Amino acid sequence: MPELITEVERLSLIIEIGSIAVRINSTSPDFLHMLEDRYAGYITSAATPEIQFDVELGPPGNADPHADVHVSQRDGHWTLTRGDFRAEWEPAQRRGWIRLRANPYSIDSVLRIVHTLVLAKQGGFLLHAASAIRNGRAFLFAGVSEAGKTTISRLVPPDVTLLTDEISYVRRQDDRYVAFGTPFTGELAKLGENVSAPVAALYLLAKGAENRIEPMTASEAARSLLANVLFFAKDEKLVQAVFDSAFEFVSNVPVSRLTFFPDARVWELIR
Amino acid sequence: MSIFVARNPQVAARSLDGEMMIMSGRDSTLFTLNKTATILWQAADGDTPLEDIVRQKICTEYEVDPAAALQDAEMLARDLANHGILRISEQPIARGESK
Repeated sequence: MPELITEVERLSLIIEIGSIAVRINSTSPDFLHMLEDRYAGYITSAATPEIQFDVELGPPGNADPHADVHVSQRDGHWTLTRGDFRAEWEPAQRRGWIRLRANPYSIDSVLRIVHTLVLAKQGGFLLHAASAIRNGRAFLFAGVSEAGKTTISRLVPPDVTLLTDEISYVRRQDDRYVAFGTPFTGELAKLGENVSAPVAALYLLAKGAENRIEPMTASEAARSLLANVLFFAKDEKLVQAVFDSAFEFVSNVPVSRLTFFPDARVWELIR
Repeated sequence: MSIFVARNPQVAARSLDGEMMIMSGRDSTLFTLNKTATILWQAADGDTPLEDIVRQKICTEYEVDPAAALQDAEMLARDLANHGILRISEQPIARGESK
């Protein structure tokens, strides 16, 4: 029945971020078109999805429409809620269900949370950091809001490939860490390139009067890294996993403080 | 009356550069313990009374009045307990109960 197969394909799409493919099924072509625009460069037809979500559009039915995110797990069943969405997911079944309003912010948040949960079990994490590739090596620039993530992203020279200006995607692969491009954007509102490279260094950003790189102690590095890791679940095993991942990361990747004056010369230090 | 303290095994903890870092599994809050708190944390086996920990581990490290040190240690232990990273009891705390 070729028509039926065509119809099923038309009503779903696969978003692949960090080599993890998520199929989104929806009965709304408009919603899927919105996703195609939002995740341009990250839509694939080749990948086998690791997770499938059936999406229903409409008010999520949460008591408080302004409620903060809440992520919990019971007997292998995850529940993700915020004022604007409710999602349920069973990793063992590789299937889930989402109810949200048809806007890009809600689905974006669900995807970020799902990726943090998947990565936590694999020794990786999402990080409040810009990241970019130069000479085949990835550099991460972490910091809170106003630390300079967007500024350093705006200043990238032509030989640098920007992976993200806001949320970096780090996976452990064998004995090294790899940074992937993400569609999770900040003020720059520009999707990162969908490419990856081994992580060469993590810099903790601060703006200053001059450009300089200073070493950090391992404990400072671990503390700073943990302060910038995105994690939402109140789950003791996963918290332990993220905690351990942060220490493993700082044991394997150089971490320094990068103070920079906001002009293009800062990139002379990043090689 | 003796006080017994035990580490909560459901928190993540690591020592790095002499600093003990602890993350609560309950709310992901990260704590960095100072040297005295680290001594208390490491000695909190559930079996040793707090006054013995203070006398054997803290008073030998610092020149402090034992009574004042015990008072400070009790306050510290209660603070850590309020954050869910330590358990306090008037009885020895058996392994597996220190949650």
